Amino acid sequence: MPELFHRKLERSAVLFVLGIIAAASVGGIVEIAPLFTIDETVEDAPDMRMYTPLELAGRNIYIREGCYACHSQMIRTLRDEVERYGPYSVAVESQYDRPMLWGSKRTGPDLARIGGKYSDFWHVAHLNNPRDVVPESNMPAYRWLARTPLKTNDLHLHLAAQQALGVPYTAEMIENAASDAYGQATPDTDYAAGVVERYGEETNISAFDGVTTRVTEMDALVAYLQVLGRLTNAAYENTAAPETKPDPDD
Amino acid sequence: MLANLTSSERQTALVLAGGVAVAGLVMAVLGRSDVLGVHGVIVMLCGGFVAWRIMSSFYAAEPTQDRSVSYYDDPIKAGIALAMAWAVFGMFMGVWVAAQLAWPDLAFDAAWSSFGRLRPTHTSGVIFGFGGNALIATSFHVVQRTSRARLAGQVSPWFVLLGYNLFCVLAISGYLMGITQSKEYAEAEWYADIWLVIVWVTYFILYIKTIARRNEPHIYVANWYFMAFIVVVAILHIVNNLALPISWGHAKSYTIWPGVQDAMVQWWYGHNAVAFFLTAGFLGMLYYYLPVRAQRPIFSYRLSILSFWGITFFYMWAGSHHLHYTALPHWVQTLGMTFSVMLLVPSWASAGNALLTLNGAWHRVRQDATLRFMMAAAVFYGLSTFEGSFMAIRPVNSLSHYTDWTVGHVHAGALGWVALITFGSLYTLVPKLWKRQGMYSDALVEVHFWLSIAGALIYVFAMWNSGIIQGLMWRTYTEDGALSYSFIDSLVAMYPYYIARAFGGLLFLIGTIIGCYNMWMTVRSAPHAAPERDAPVTPATVPGE
Repeated sequence: MPELFHRKLERSAVLFVLGIIAAASVGGIVEIAPLFTIDETVEDAPDMRMYTPLELAGRNIYIREGCYACHSQMIRTLRDEVERYGPYSVAVESQYDRPMLWGSKRTGPDLARIGGKYSDFWHVAHLNNPRDVVPESNMPAYRWLARTPLKTNDLHLHLAAQQALGVPYTAEMIENAASDAYGQATPDTDYAAGVVERYGEETNISAFDGVTTRVTEMDALVAYLQVLGRLTNAAYENTAAPETKPDPDD
Repeated sequence: MLANLTSSERQTALVLAGGVAVAGLVMAVLGRSDVLGVHGVIVMLCGGFVAWRIMSSFYAAEPTQDRSVSYYDDPIKAGIALAMAWAVFGMFMGVWVAAQLAWPDLAFDAAWSSFGRLRPTHTSGVIFGFGGNALIATSFHVVQRTSRARLAGQVSPWFVLLGYNLFCVLAISGYLMGITQSKEYAEAEWYADIWLVIVWVTYFILYIKTIARRNEPHIYVANWYFMAFIVVVAILHIVNNLALPISWGHAKSYTIWPGVQDAMVQWWYGHNAVAFFLTAGFLGMLYYYLPVRAQRPIFSYRLSILSFWGITFFYMWAGSHHLHYTALPHWVQTLGMTFSVMLLVPSWASAGNALLTLNGAWHRVRQDATLRFMMAAAVFYGLSTFEGSFMAIRPVNSLSHYTDWTVGHVHAGALGWVALITFGSLYTLVPKLWKRQGMYSDALVEVHFWLSIAGALIYVFAMWNSGIIQGLMWRTYTEDGALSYSFIDSLVAMYPYYIARAFGGLLFLIGTIIGCYNMWMTVRSAPHAAPERDAPVTPATVPGE
């Protein structure tokens, strides 16, 4: 009689709590643990790049301002999404993302492949007042980004923490984090050359906000937006044809 | 609040408050070059304020009566006041952010007032501020009455309540300053998370010790839910928030979970915050206050067992339905979908059990708006759990995900279920706790009820419409096989619904403010001449033991 057994269970707080822990643990263990052990979970992408210090700082501004509340960074395997935003997202693209920013709501469009679609100038104008560029937009204006200098003196701590968690930043990268952030926003300087040397030819060096005399939060955020979807080509190679939309007629 | 504490308990309280203030000082010094320093000062001020309050009546008369013959209700009263204050704050922030979506310039030209920073102050304000305080307060009440024993601590209930509110203050003030982990419904940073673990473990120990003191052979079903709420929220909170701070002097940390694994952990947490915070805890409320108010026993003991273990087991698998068609492996998505559909069984068992309990009391539902609050909550619970299972089905999710439909679904649960069951419970509890004949005004309870219903329905219908329109516009093709609408076309179509949603939310907020006024006036009114006996069982009252 199950009811008799439950009558006993109800008499002991300790047994009851153990029962709750046992019942509640199974789902998480079965669904989470294999994600670390099954190799196919994350694809191999030898060309995968890491965020530069400026891009990482920009990513942290994106987090700080809660951009993820309205913008996803996860293109689903649906035809209309692939046609609207580009190849569907693959796991390796967020391999170094702590936390992931896949999002859950699209008040604005997906940003997983926004990098390179618009000019730096467009992004700066759009962030300063979205309605100057897209009159119907309901996005907040982020004017203070262009007038706030970027804090770079603790960037080495950020890189070091990421390294401790497994992102392959080198000691040299950590040491030069602040000057690399400056260099990426000031083309044609020795600092800029240092960034390319450490992070590769693909790195996007630009005076993002149009002003090279100082590095602002606007520089960092635009640098981050411009690298989205461009850290690896994995999504464009060897991906199966996207699923079609479910058709209620078949 | 101190009159019930002995001199040695006052010393303990003072040491704890002083310890918090010192911890704040350490944070302020270590974090002087970072926003962490601001939080250090806030912690120091909070600890200092409580320490000052303790010291100012440190030498007041000690309690003379034997405290074990009465229930410990002071922390419950404070918890109710805090819950209602957070409700007004959190719902006001909700109306503000809703209005910002319709009128985006409704912000000051400042970082703190932009949508992205205000939104988590709304979600944390209502979930943790309002919901959490209501759960702590009602759980303290329910565990004492159903165990017929006094709380197993004098200082620890205050530590739990005030410590929890310090966590809420740190979380919400942090978002305004840009301190966030960006994990939805777990945005607070590492030091606030550690503090919450300390508070929560104390809560657990207090709860279990009180149950161990019970003068009833069995643990009542409401306590099963409260225990599941406390235990599982601890597990979820710790696992999801494992992170490495960049230094002891900085607020910023990086989660240990990368990319796809982080997505799974986050939604395992996120969905089970709904399950164990917003469902299990509030079912605990329902299983006590609904039968008390209806004066009917719970319809079925077997259904209670079935739904309790079903919810505890199934929910933990369901989180991956937030990640359909993403880079999360397909097999995990399928498991999430399957268990989400199965969840309908225990969910409807609970909702059905609640509604069948009202059989024989439907005339009361008609006359008594307080009981009607709880009846409507059970109906909304049934509807939104059905909707949830439906939306977790992969092809349905392909339409609903990323749209306002999800927002509407969450609010059907949050406004219709969580808030209504809380208001029904508090309208039952407040007169009992303060020993009043009834609420100050039954008419105002009635007004609150209809404002809540109207607000919730306007909100939910607006979001259903906008969400489905949005989802359909995104996937509409022209005859030539091109996408019919640009993204901005779909946004333009949303504006009328965003205005309607803000209006619905405003009605709900007005109802809450009326509820606060009514409770305040109840507390101020004259006590009941002959309140019914409400005290624990002690050897003195039971001669046989």
